[in-house]
Amino acid sequence: MPAVLSEPVVPPANGNVPSALAVEALSLSFGGVTALSDISFAVAPGEIRAVIGPNGAGKSSLLNVVSGLYRPDSGRVWLGGHSFAAVPTDRLATLGVSRTFQNLALFKGLSVLDNVAAGLSHRLRAGVLAQVIGLPAARRERAEAQAKAEELLAFLHLDDVRDRPAGTLPYGTQKRVELARALVSRPRLLLLDEPMAGMTLTEKRDLSGHIRAARDDLGATIVLIEHDIGVVMGLSDRIAVLDYGRLIADGTPDDIRNDPVVIDAYLGVAHDLEAGEGI
Amino acid sequence: MTDLALEKTATGTVRRLSPAPFGIGVLLIVAYGVPPLVASEYLFDAILTPFLALALAGLGLNILTGYAGQVSLGSSAFMAVGAYAAYNLALRLPGLPFLLDILLAGLVAAAVGLLFGLPSLRLRGFYLAVSTLAAQFFVQWVFNKVGWFSNDSPSGIVTVPPLSVAGLPLDSSAGRYLFALGVVTAVTLAVWRLVESPTGRALVALRDHETAARVIGIPVLRVKLLAFAVSSFIIGVAGVLWAFAYLRTVEPAGFNLDRSFQILFIVIIGGLASLRGAFLGAALIVVFPLLLARLGEALLGGLFDSGVLEMSQRIVLGLLIITFLIAEPAGLTALLDRAWNRICGRFRRAG
Ligand SMILES: Nc1ncnc2c1ncn2[C@@H]1O[C@H](COP(=O)(O)OP(=O)(O)OP(=O)(O)O)[C@@H](O)[C@H]1O
Ligand SMILES: [Mg+2]
Repeated sequence: MPAVLSEPVVPPANGNVPSALAVEALSLSFGGVTALSDISFAVAPGEIRAVIGPNGAGKSSLLNVVSGLYRPDSGRVWLGGHSFAAVPTDRLATLGVSRTFQNLALFKGLSVLDNVAAGLSHRLRAGVLAQVIGLPAARRERAEAQAKAEELLAFLHLDDVRDRPAGTLPYGTQKRVELARALVSRPRLLLLDEPMAGMTLTEKRDLSGHIRAARDDLGATIVLIEHDIGVVMGLSDRIAVLDYGRLIADGTPDDIRNDPVVIDAYLGVAHDLEAGEGI
Repeated sequence: MTDLALEKTATGTVRRLSPAPFGIGVLLIVAYGVPPLVASEYLFDAILTPFLALALAGLGLNILTGYAGQVSLGSSAFMAVGAYAAYNLALRLPGLPFLLDILLAGLVAAAVGLLFGLPSLRLRGFYLAVSTLAAQFFVQWVFNKVGWFSNDSPSGIVTVPPLSVAGLPLDSSAGRYLFALGVVTAVTLAVWRLVESPTGRALVALRDHETAARVIGIPVLRVKLLAFAVSSFIIGVAGVLWAFAYLRTVEPAGFNLDRSFQILFIVIIGGLASLRGAFLGAALIVVFPLLLARLGEALLGGLFDSGVLEMSQRIVLGLLIITFLIAEPAGLTALLDRAWNRICGRFRRAG
């Protein structure tokens, strides 16, 4: 092991603004399967960054590394000015990072309101006895969490299902509840793994609006994995393309649309794109 | 609670008494007021008091298994710890007020539960169940082997001191029942507050999606251990009631694997993650063998001896469990809710 390497500063995304998220030379493999291979990129604050690529390209693995669920074989993750070899999942919320999952990850037995309020768990300070006895501090912080959750329900038009057990709701609504749970803590960085999978066109349009509003109104930086290329092109500021665990392109929607390597690996024939079809 | 009590119907807002607060009030009045007036010693000693102790144990297990989703087959080990702790504390610290004795015994059970909860940080499902089985066998073995716990009694069976609280003797059948009822009421109230609190929600979050719970900042390890500690505390207190209010003796054989399964069945039949479920399940488990015995005698007369009774109990209970697991995993609680809604619906249509 080399003695003391001078710690690099947070890699700037553009100009001098420190990035909201940066990954540096990430590699990860499962047995013989390479999920990520030497991935580096940075996301500027306030950016909506899409990550696209064919099935098995390593998109979810990338988010799992960023949220600490997977430990990379090598490389580092930069979050909010800290650099990690392995991101501590337990501190993720405190670091201002929220995420949703590719497969529904709601607490099925809890009401919609309780699911969303749970997104503020990391802020709760009262001990269990204080909660059971109902000490003022415990009541106050709970009321605050509920009020914030109600705001999010209104923001995502979920008031009608406030008291329903989350597991009884239609798929698209559950996806929206998961977004609300991720947003309630007003994260600086929001990681979304296929938030629109399985949604109808209208639902997708609504959710795109919500995601844009999360950035514009709530100030979140967003990393979004999505297969619907029409949605991706319309929504994102920049797009990173993964293929077999490698980053094969990283640029604006226009760059990506015209990148021959990307067209070859993922987008297929160019006129499919103009028709706005999901892939 | 208020929005529960208000029910909107097509004809406008109609005020209706919600079943929950009203029913609980009536139930408490009946539970405290009626048996002391009418019940026989048999009813207290063979049905009501053991029902209370088992319901409390079911409540404790429900926190761990129903709410937090951690399977345990070691419940009766924690009952044993509670019972032996209370016995030894009373024996070795004469003058210790009994309520304090119970509290300390519960804390001892909680500490042991915490210890045996440690594997849950690495294991889940089937493997966790097997590790709690280890608690069951280990605890039973210790109480069998180490004479100190039963004051070196040659038979291993010890008699507990008569129940009295603050100088008030409670050693009659009715007194022991009322004492158990008081403890069960207090603990149930606290458990209700717990499951309605953010920590209670965290237990369910842990059960429903552990990874998501971790990501949003729920301290998963702490909450899991808390579930083991609280659950074992309550089951330990149930063990104290079992020994001091019901049997008035303590012996390791009373806290065997059968008892652990009995408590698990109470939770499954009654309804997972429901406070009422523990009471409904315990009522069924206590009353059902007596009914079966009556029925068997009526149908088969002398042929229905105790051996046949025990066997038929096991068979019928087994079938019952399977039926519930397949047809109504939410247990008696769900059945009752559905029946209640149907009755209300009929009234509304009629009215
Ligand atoms: N926990 C795991 N254990 C073993 N292999 C894994 C694991 N997670 C991912 N992989 C493998 O890593 C590769 C990348 O998977 P990943 O889920 O990151 O792809 P993806 O781009 O999200 O695909 P999709 O679009 O289908 O969601 C795949 O070959 C997958 O089988
Ligand atoms: Mg994926």
